[in-house]
Amino acid sequence: MKQNADIKPPLFEDDKLPILFERPEMVEDQSTAVPDPRLVPENAPEHCPGTESELAGKADACNGCPNQEICASNQPKAPDTSLPFITERMTTVKRKILVLSGKGGVGKSTFTAQLAWAFAADEQTQTGIMDVDICGPSIPTILGIANEQVHASASGWSPVYVQDNLAVMSVGFMLPSSKNAVMWRGPKKNGLISQFLKDVDWGYLDYLVVDTPPGTSDEHLSIVQYLKDSGIDGAVVITTPQEVALQDVRREIDFCKKVGIRVLGLVENMSGFVCPSCKTESQIFKPTTGGAKKLAADMGIEMLGAVPLDPRIGKSADYGVSFLDEYPDSPASTAYLDIIDRIKEILEDI
Amino acid sequence: MALQENPVTIRLKSVKNVIIVLSGKGGVGKSSVSTQLALNLYASSPIARVGILDVDLTGPSIPRMLGVDGHGVHQSSDGWVPVYADGPEARLACMSVGFLLKNKGDSVVWRGPKKNGMIRQFLTDVRWGELDYLVIDTPPGTSDEHLSLLEHMALMHSRLSAVIVTTPQAVALMDAMKCLSFTRAVNLPILGMIENMSGYVCPCCGEVSNVFSTGGGEEMARKEGLRFLGSLPVDTELVTLLDAADLEKSAAVSDVQSFGLLQRYTATPSAELFKNIRTRMLEELDVLNTVTEGRVGIVMK
Repeated sequence: MKQNADIKPPLFEDDKLPILFERPEMVEDQSTAVPDPRLVPENAPEHCPGTESELAGKADACNGCPNQEICASNQPKAPDTSLPFITERMTTVKRKILVLSGKGGVGKSTFTAQLAWAFAADEQTQTGIMDVDICGPSIPTILGIANEQVHASASGWSPVYVQDNLAVMSVGFMLPSSKNAVMWRGPKKNGLISQFLKDVDWGYLDYLVVDTPPGTSDEHLSIVQYLKDSGIDGAVVITTPQEVALQDVRREIDFCKKVGIRVLGLVENMSGFVCPSCKTESQIFKPTTGGAKKLAADMGIEMLGAVPLDPRIGKSADYGVSFLDEYPDSPASTAYLDIIDRIKEILEDI
Repeated sequence: MALQENPVTIRLKSVKNVIIVLSGKGGVGKSSVSTQLALNLYASSPIARVGILDVDLTGPSIPRMLGVDGHGVHQSSDGWVPVYADGPEARLACMSVGFLLKNKGDSVVWRGPKKNGMIRQFLTDVRWGELDYLVIDTPPGTSDEHLSLLEHMALMHSRLSAVIVTTPQAVALMDAMKCLSFTRAVNLPILGMIENMSGYVCPCCGEVSNVFSTGGGEEMARKEGLRFLGSLPVDTELVTLLDAADLEKSAAVSDVQSFGLLQRYTATPSAELFKNIRTRMLEELDVLNTVTEGRVGIVMK
């Protein structure tokens, strides 16, 4: 049904996550903290030039904005008040790895899950997964823990444990139902990411694998900014073979260069498909421009490997089971494991 | 009653219908569906005028798919001139941040407010002219771009509708469900759902494999009371066509009269299937517009 044109859509009645902002420890934090000049206030004027802009606080649109004074003061921007807390929390996390891809649906979350499962296969290795895809969290489903919830304790939010040595944090655990949409603009997403880093009781971790949404926007900038002092060990970039995907991945690698993140390597997913009936391999997503291999060569990064498209991978993700455990002998598993071994090797050398 | 106006409604006064292509999940084929939708609407009548706006700012794919990668946008006294994918006939206008980048590998690293500003410019500064349909391709998620888009077009709400694209597997359906909750929260009418990548035909033996499962989209549409517009299998011909559109363009550029991409698209298996999707979608759009006219009357004018 269409609504009458002069009623504005209730765009901002999106606070469907009461638990998030009612937690006492968080409320306290929000109210005592100085307003963060880098965050655009909820009620910023429509034509806000952006707080990073030279015109910040000086543009016509800034008149009446609650943030105007801070923006206009033009003093060197105060460091984010949460940064020291994040750095403190991250001192017990040894390796921080981002899983990136400019394009959506190329298998970032699936790869993240497989990588973490593979790390955690060694009982001595403490592994964590942080899902910063706020609007489309898939990690809980892929790991088979979609109905779990996050609990608050004295030392922070307890992540959800898939097994003793695999901790997971995702906005998916905070929604009343998986149907709920998280209709948040950047500043709110950034706020939650900061909380994932400083308020979650990660404990000691050998690896923290961060799954990201597609693109190069708020989530990506925030995670880089928040982990600046703690250091990101590197990023694994995922792509599919066709040019439309490679285009976006080129941009993502450009982003990594701009912000100074080391690219550990490139993984080509959905690379070729073996027909279960006649066993012939065909290319669903044709590498019309040379695929990931050429991209890796062009951009001077390592090609970690190619994983063939196997319908059982998607099915395993739907059912929340580990593809590597279910089908250890499949060509895709071999490819995954070779890539993961190589990532471990690279990380040991750093 | 005096109609409220803002720069967006003034600029888009001559746009009859706005169809927003949504999906919670990335990589399910929003851009490929948007492109096909635009091509189909374009082909629906020899005088149909169609616009396609790509608001995926950090991952624009539309220019490549329409074979206009590398084109630039020109400034005129009446605003930015969109890129016409069909050459001199100028019935298929296209706008994307991809046209504004110097190199194809440049990343657009923007936070929300900048994306918001860009979208507003796309809506107020582009000389769209008369359009029967404006198809808007969106990025995955339910965040800045989507909120900005709907906010800017709030005054022309009666001309807005949306199509949800999904792939059949559960992980994608979950995001599609979130997307549907979003449209309900903002009161955006849905014309229906399209299931993409539903099965793949082995080119060797003809066996159909459900690479990403099958039927999930139809099931969800039924449960949620949405019209199911149709399913599209993985079509390698289409993938190749949309992927390499500009590689072959150099050959086609000599005969500018014919819109080469459309001709080659018509020959793909997807084109035939999409015709039915278009028909069903237009039926829904008609129903919607009749209802709207009855209710809000003058707003449609």
